[in-house]
Order: sequence, then C-alpha cells, then structure tokens
Amino acid sequence: MRRFLRTVFLIDLIEGLWVTFRTQHPRNICTDQYPRERPKIAERFRGAPRLNNHPETGETLCIACNLCAIACPEALIVVSSERNEKTKRKELTDFTYDLSRCMFCGLCEDACPVDALELTQDFEIASYTRDGLIWDRKMLEEGPRPARYKF
Amino acid sequence: MAQTFLDSTELVLNMGPQHPSTHGVLRVILKLDGEKVTGTECVVGYLHRGVEKIAENRTYAQFAPYVDRMDYVASVSNGLGYCLAVEKLLNVEAPPRAQVVRVILTELNRIASHLIWLGTHALDLGAITPLFYVMREREDILNIYEKYCGARLTTHAFRIGGLQYDLYDGFEEEVKRFCDIIGPRVDEYEELLTGNRIWIARLTNVGVLNAEDCKAYGVTGPLLRAAGVKWDLRKAQPYSGYQHYDFEIPTRANGDSYDRYIVRVQEMRQAVRIVRQALDRIEPGPIMAKVAKVIKPPVGEAYVSIEAPKGELGYFVVSDGSTQPYRVRVRPPSFINLQAVDRMARGSLIADVCAIIGTIDIVLGEVDR
Repeated sequence: MRRFLRTVFLIDLIEGLWVTFRTQHPRNICTDQYPRERPKIAERFRGAPRLNNHPETGETLCIACNLCAIACPEALIVVSSERNEKTKRKELTDFTYDLSRCMFCGLCEDACPVDALELTQDFEIASYTRDGLIWDRKMLEEGPRPARYKF
Repeated sequence: MAQTFLDSTELVLNMGPQHPSTHGVLRVILKLDGEKVTGTECVVGYLHRGVEKIAENRTYAQFAPYVDRMDYVASVSNGLGYCLAVEKLLNVEAPPRAQVVRVILTELNRIASHLIWLGTHALDLGAITPLFYVMREREDILNIYEKYCGARLTTHAFRIGGLQYDLYDGFEEEVKRFCDIIGPRVDEYEELLTGNRIWIARLTNVGVLNAEDCKAYGVTGPLLRAAGVKWDLRKAQPYSGYQHYDFEIPTRANGDSYDRYIVRVQEMRQAVRIVRQALDRIEPGPIMAKVAKVIKPPVGEAYVSIEAPKGELGYFVVSDGSTQPYRVRVRPPSFINLQAVDRMARGSLIADVCAIIGTIDIVLGEVDR
C-alpha cells in the first residue's frame, strides 16, 4: 500500500529532483562567464612577466645584474646593458623574455634582488605568431593588452 | 602447405597510443585468442622528454620545476621527493613549520591524485558521473595550491631547504573547510560505486596480483597494499615528520582491482586525518633552512624514496661537487607498476585490459619521463 502511494504521488521522482534542485543554488555554480567577467586570479599566480618601473620617476627598477637570466632553467632571458660613463653604473638597454619557452616556475622573480622582474596575474598571453611571444623591454614594461569585447 | 597467419588462432591487436583508456600515450600490443588475452606487451616512450638528462645540465634549484612535469597529477609529491634527496646530499633538514606545510600539501595532493584516478577509472568502465564529482572536489585542492604557490598543476611549491612561500591568510580555514566537505563527498562516491553491481562485477577478480607477485615485480603503493602487504614508506621509513602523525595503512586481502579501489578510497580518508593533525601542528617559525644561494653539495650520492600516491617514488642524486647534479635517477612508481600488466592481464578478457590499466593508476609523464 505504501509502495503504491509512493508510486502514485511520484515520491521517488520528487526526491530525485530535490537532489537536483538542491545543487541549483547560485553559490554552487562555478562557471565563469569568461570574456564578460574576468576570473579572480590568486595573488601569487605566476603569469605574464612584467618589468617594473619606479612608480614616481618612471625609471626602470632593473639594475641589469643578470641574476634572472642565470636563474632561469631554460635560459630564455637576455639582459643587455650598457655602462654609463658618468655614473659608472650599468644601465639596462634591452630585456628579452622568450615566453614561448617559459614554464612559469618563478625562479627569475625569486632571484631578482630589486623586485624589478615580476610574474603578474595577467594570463591572456596567447599570440598568433611565435615572434609575438618573444617580449622585448617595451612589451615587458607595458604588459599584454588582451582584446576587450563589447557585449 | 606453409603456415600462414590465417591458420593461427592468435590475433595480435594494437591498443593505443591514442586509446582513451590508456591514460595518455601508452601502446599495448595484445595477443588474443578470441576474447581472451594470451599476452601483452607495453610499448612506452611516446612521452619521453629526457628529464633525467635535462637534470645533468641544470643546477640543483633549476631542476626542481622539471620534476613537477613527471607525475603531473601529483606534482607536489614529486617536488617533495626531489627536495628531500638534495637536502640529504646537503645534510640539511627543513624547519618544522616547513615540514608540516609539506605534509599538508602532499596529503592534499594524494587526495587529488586518487580523485583523478577514481574519476578516470570509473570513466573507463563506463560510469561517467563520478568524474564530474571528483573534478569538483579536486578544484578545491587546486584552488588552495593556486593561492599558496601560484600554480595549479605544475606547482613548484617546495624549494631545497624548505619553502619559498609562507602560508597565505586563511589557509588553515580553507584546508579545514575542505577536510570537512571531503568526508561526505567520499561517502557519496562510495554510495555510487562500492555497492554498485556493475562496478563489483567489472572489478572483482580482475587483474589479481598476489603479494608474492607484487614483491617479485617490485610493485608498490595501493597495489601492494591491496594484496595484503602492510607496507607504507610513511610508516616504514618516515620522512618529513610522518612519524608524529597517527594514521592507519589500509590493506585488503585479495589483490584484485576492487580491493585497490577500496584501498585508495580508504587512503583518501586517512589523508584527511593526517591533514587535520598537521593543521594542529602548524607553529610559527622559519620556513627555510640555511641553504647557500648557490647549491653545491659535497661529492656523494643520496637516495630518498617517498610514498607518492602511486607508490614508492625514489630520487637518486649523484653529486660531483659542482653546481649541477652528475646524475639524477628517478624511480617512478607508475613505470614499475606498469610491468605487472602482463601478469595481471594474461588470461583475462579484452574488456578487462582497460580496467587493469586503469587500476594501476599510471601517468605516462612519469612512465616515460
């Protein structure tokens, strides 16, 4: 009799659907509406490299010590520098970072003594060409400019 | 009349390397008599990247990110093994805080690895639902990793001598929350699978490997424990302070695929237990031992093996006194466990080969290195 009533009132079906509806709470939805909403990336995320400038003077923080290039397992960083005759100090001229071979291990930013090189939270670094992945100093200072879409 | 291949009852069938059930690029040559497998031969090497050779022209610190790329499902365990081996060469020990954090992260990694195994193994046998469930839980672990060290899969979480990153704010709460939810979630998987008639029929007495065979083949990890051998390197030769934790080694008697499933599920529960204990043991302190910037170990060699999710993961590092290792040899659990496929698959049906490959829990990145 009980079984009959369960069948008539579709109790099993409702029980099953209750499980389905229970997980419909917006809290349980984890799909990112990607280009519309950019996901929140962890603070320590190791993404696109950036060569930091001094926030006030705008001069590069890099002292061209070459430690990042030595630390890199893939030897993909090339630092070129020039000796300034007036101040007798090395000055950065160009900085090449080959992202196509980078594995984002973070050893270069660990090695940097002045926090000039940093792996940032930018993750949109894809390129249509291989050359586009070899970043020069200008690109490293400005960072990637991913396409923004209008909706 | 000359014998042709048509006269033979033996059929040779090639499985893989693009077969979804071989978990990567494993090629298995099957010798069949009808539906029955009379012999198998594994062809490995499709994912060979020469990691051990790469080690010889990298410095000790530079090689650390590469080990993550061997067993990429359990990259933290790989990092731990390598760091411990080099630390043994240098004769340093990570500070207590670093050791506790290492234990938490490797045990979380064990859960993540077993979750992936559970999902893919069930998928191989036609159960699609568990895969989505395990991915949901694994996501929580990966989010913790991302917040802790900035990467989700190839984490590079540990450094030689300790840790590079200290815990982020809210780490303890997040891990505790995960520990609270994973128990009921594992119950959920068990509800789906443990008593499931199809699951039992597909797994019991499939791929049986008894204790003697396990020892003869050098098989370790859940496969060995499912055969009834109570052998866990965390208990047998504790590292990273595992002797302070109270946990059990789950074992089963039959050594078939179903027992391995039970052992792995139990291991997930034990891992949660260890993580909970480790959370209570976190104490303030340094996270990095005194290690020179340029690591130059004395001439010598060191072998360290740890209990990775898949079995005994060993690192043998030889130093010639320079900044680069003379030789790094890895003892990957998957590669050695994979040898037993022939023993397990002989005499079984062709459909069981998928189950047998799945039950070993191989990662081809580690098999081929």
